[in-house]
Amino acid sequence: MTGIVKPVVLRLAASVVVLWGAATATFFLLQATPGRTVDVLLARTQAGPEVRAQIVADYRLDDSLPTQYLTYLERLVTGDFGSSYVLRRPVVDAIGGQLPYSLQLIAATLVLTVIASALLAVVSANRRRWVQSSFDAIESLVVAVPPFWLGLVLMGVFSFTLRWLPAIGATSPLGLVLPAVALAAAPIAVLTRVLREGVLHALTEPFALTARSRGLSEVALRTRHVLRHAALPATALLGWIAGSLIGGAVIIEIVFARPGVGRLMLSAVQNKDMPVVTGVVLLAAAVFVVVTILVDLASRVIDPRVRG
Amino acid sequence: MIVRRLGLVLAVVVLAVLVLAAAFPSLLTGADPNAADLLATLRPPSGDHWFGTDQNGRDMFARVVYGTRASLLIGVGAATLALVGGVLVGTLAAQGGRVGDQVVSRLLDVVLSVPGLLLVFLAAAVFGAGGGTAAIGLAIGAVPGFARVVRAEVMRIRGSHYVEAAYGFGATRLSVVLRHVVPNAVGPVFALAMVSLGAMIVASSSLSFVGLGPQPPTAEWGAMLAGARDFVSIAWWPTVFPGAAITLTVLAATVVGTRLQRAFDRKEAR
Repeated sequence: MTGIVKPVVLRLAASVVVLWGAATATFFLLQATPGRTVDVLLARTQAGPEVRAQIVADYRLDDSLPTQYLTYLERLVTGDFGSSYVLRRPVVDAIGGQLPYSLQLIAATLVLTVIASALLAVVSANRRRWVQSSFDAIESLVVAVPPFWLGLVLMGVFSFTLRWLPAIGATSPLGLVLPAVALAAAPIAVLTRVLREGVLHALTEPFALTARSRGLSEVALRTRHVLRHAALPATALLGWIAGSLIGGAVIIEIVFARPGVGRLMLSAVQNKDMPVVTGVVLLAAAVFVVVTILVDLASRVIDPRVRG
Repeated sequence: MIVRRLGLVLAVVVLAVLVLAAAFPSLLTGADPNAADLLATLRPPSGDHWFGTDQNGRDMFARVVYGTRASLLIGVGAATLALVGGVLVGTLAAQGGRVGDQVVSRLLDVVLSVPGLLLVFLAAAVFGAGGGTAAIGLAIGAVPGFARVVRAEVMRIRGSHYVEAAYGFGATRLSVVLRHVVPNAVGPVFALAMVSLGAMIVASSSLSFVGLGPQPPTAEWGAMLAGARDFVSIAWWPTVFPGAAITLTVLAATVVGTRLQRAFDRKEAR
């Protein structure tokens, strides 16, 4: 039992340190932003003296820096990320209202990535030289394509020329297809390459020979046994991909004019709405930390050897 | 093998043409990238306009050629800054003893926890949007990757025989680090810079696309695509050519970078 508990506790402690670091960094960034902190928080809004007085009181802006810092941390811990004076609502509500749309996109992308790369890896794991080098070439090409451009091209082909799928703003499942494909293309290429190398390696292991000698078909061998062996390095990579998708989704949401955290973030940057900007950054850090823990747990489930 | 050699040669040729286009765009096109012709808007590719014209009647080929400099500058700048920062931070982590190593590693974890693009959004909110902000933001996001490679390299080299020999000859720690460790660690890091240059160019064009890069009317591939977005339904060429330019650039940088990485890996394996 302690074998499982100790690494998990260590992992959680490291996560807390990362979140504390991110919170500290945003605090000092707010301090370093040109202008008085109360004006930074108010962004480009016109606020009356009573609102300003309220902000100064809430953030203890008249107190010493350590007091301000502790107040800031205390507010974050209690889930208070401040208010957007541009949107006239709490940051948590502003982000919470947009988050489901972004999560839908990221989830769809991840599902697509996992299914497509598992299929492609099983099919493309072939020792013949020309098969490998053609997959290699295609993967390099796909990774080089900027996702937002792929989005535009897909939109041109499938929305405007063929008229199969909606182009912009659609929140229906059908409207999710093009953004998810645009976002998933590069991760699929990266993950397929790693999975294929794992599959090719696992196929040379003694257990593969044993399974074949038991009369297992090639398809069953690859899907039931080999893929699981190849999945371990891929899981770690998938965690990294999930983290980077948060950034990628921001851009894709803007291409397809989808609602979501990306559009919220962009308009916050344009309006210098710092409470929202720092809120999204802290949210991204929190998501990253959670994903890292999940990846850790997943590798333990996939591979008993990691459990130690 | 011949195919691979061919790929490398093509990649080097593409990079050479890009450097030429960035340095002397007027050698490649006689047209003015900012000359609007409102009587010839959104014309498809032809003998007069190889890549057609955009919504303002500007020659797309000229804009793609003249856009090379701005498009590459952020990516190259960011990769260079990340390389320098990574060498400094990585060396510090490797040479800073247990405490220094732990502190630096935790700080890098914090930076890693935020996606690189969001760091640029953060920087743009504080310091305003622009090419410089984008480059610095992207560089900060990439420093951890470089620092980790440098740290591992420095630790590997530090244990090697020639470093031991240098100490034997009475060299000081600083001179060993500067003369032997850093120069030997730079190769793999440079290869990584070349590979990440591709990712940097994708990221910087994405940022320009959403308006956080160089401001108009600068010809820049990502910004050109932002302009083309409104006309995707009626004209393909304003979208296709700048995007193809980005893809080709990234592909060439990646091919050269991975080849360099493999070369350094082989050298170390010996």
